[in-house]
Amino acid sequence: MSTVVERATRRPLALGRARWIGFETILIREFQRIVRIWPQTIVPSAVTATLYLVIFGSVIGRRIGTMDGFAYMVYIAPGLIMQAVIINSYNNVVSSFYGAKFGRHIEELLVSPLPSWIIVSGYVAGGIMRGAMVGLVVSGVWMFFTRLPVLHPTIIVAAAVLTSVTFSLGGFLNAMFAKSFDQISIIPTFVLTPLIYFGGVFYSINTLPVWARHLSLVDPILYMVSSFRFGFLGVSAVGVWDAFTIMIVAVTVLFLAAILLLDRSSGIRE
Amino acid sequence: MNALSVQELTKTYGNGVQALKGIDLAVEEGDFFALLGPNGAGKTTLIGIVTSLVRKSGGQATIFGYDLDRELEAAKSCIGVVPQEINFNQFESPETIVINQAGFYGIPRPVARVRAQLYLKQLQLWDKRKHASRALSGGMKRRLMIARALMHEPRLLILDEPTAGVDIEVRRSMWEFLREINQRGTTIILTTHYLEEAETLCRNIAIIDHGRIIERDRMSNLLRRLHTETFVLTLRHPLQQAPLLPAYTAKLVDEHTVEVEISMEQNVNDLFARLSELGIEVISMRNKVNRLEEIFIRLVEKGAAA
Repeated sequence: MSTVVERATRRPLALGRARWIGFETILIREFQRIVRIWPQTIVPSAVTATLYLVIFGSVIGRRIGTMDGFAYMVYIAPGLIMQAVIINSYNNVVSSFYGAKFGRHIEELLVSPLPSWIIVSGYVAGGIMRGAMVGLVVSGVWMFFTRLPVLHPTIIVAAAVLTSVTFSLGGFLNAMFAKSFDQISIIPTFVLTPLIYFGGVFYSINTLPVWARHLSLVDPILYMVSSFRFGFLGVSAVGVWDAFTIMIVAVTVLFLAAILLLDRSSGIRE
Repeated sequence: MNALSVQELTKTYGNGVQALKGIDLAVEEGDFFALLGPNGAGKTTLIGIVTSLVRKSGGQATIFGYDLDRELEAAKSCIGVVPQEINFNQFESPETIVINQAGFYGIPRPVARVRAQLYLKQLQLWDKRKHASRALSGGMKRRLMIARALMHEPRLLILDEPTAGVDIEVRRSMWEFLREINQRGTTIILTTHYLEEAETLCRNIAIIDHGRIIERDRMSNLLRRLHTETFVLTLRHPLQQAPLLPAYTAKLVDEHTVEVEISMEQNVNDLFARLSELGIEVISMRNKVNRLEEIFIRLVEKGAAA
């Protein structure tokens, strides 16, 4: 008599398969959650995107004219898609993981043989999935009303995935430390939203005074939005490869921090 | 082989509370083992360490020979745990909960679906498999946690107060089910406040108090150590004072009820013969308290006095 994982620990390939099934299960569970509460997970971003489209794109945009050579409505579209990806990736992981902590069903994973890196990867994959689902919905809304060029699809996908991973990991770390539901809304409200708004979603930093332009360069979201916009429009406020380097470093550091914290189980195990 | 073996296990929480003060314990493979103790004795901490929900401060623990420090993945895969508190996602259905749990242990979904049907049926939850689990009754929720713990067919099943708040009928059907699981080879460690449950199901027992094991024996040996038992006799005709029963200690509780203490050296036949001589007709008799309860209270009180 022996269990699947027990037998698998003696055979690396079987162990890999057992871990893959564990990862896949976390992802399926996240998908079920996103679909179960779709009015909270999918609809708000679609509504917000439509409101931005009407107000900034149509009403205010006409008065602004062009930015970096593009109609304002076209210029802000990639930034607003990226905003939806960032917020939804973050929110998915922070609310799902904190909810599991609060409801104690995180114990299902903690007592299981899954290693920490698989658990973190599963939640991050859930964040990417929701980011992608909402990103596609918002893109669909915008593309219905504007003609948005797609110059570098690979860069668009790479920037979206790396950004989504970064903020999924951010949400995971927030959930690890959070001790109340208030604490999972503080970071999105007081950190994430200002960083997004100052990260060049609505304007080109080239329109700013020099001091403000330099200050903007410390905002990591600027690099994510700029590289994503480059994928669509071919213009970027920063070097695209610099942006990718920053994103890869951020993902690596945050992933290691998340695994370390889960291994030590700060805020979960006693 | 030992299903569980712990040596010099200690746990001191951040607030300075020393929950375990050097526990040594071995549970043999195939055993049905009772881990008893008063509230705050350290039972849940011990289970928490074994299931890796609590980090130990010192000592060593192995599950079927797998060291928790060095072979955590293999050790954890051997354990199924039914915790004291409800800890499943109450927005998910029972079927989803058990199938997902199997996935965390590397069981492919087609196999998990078959097992879900088997265990949900055995635990009388099949009809409720698609309902939101928050709508289940307390007893159903406990049975769901047992089904969930069995999905990866663990070699060691740890049940922390599995029948708390469950009505007697459901409790007895759960006992039958657990007996079957044990007979099929699964080692079971049970903590419970229902001492009748431990006495009925378990072959071996450890009593933990103030973070230390104060007793470890076979259940039958432990019960033999009880030198006196108190029986409650219900009488057909009223009495005004306790009957004169030399060699026995008798107390009149009310005019129709007498309590008699009998030592192991005495026998009940003599008592009844004496009562018949006195013309006292007994219409029913029962133990005043469960035998294990009696020993448990004595041991814990002795421990507290020491």
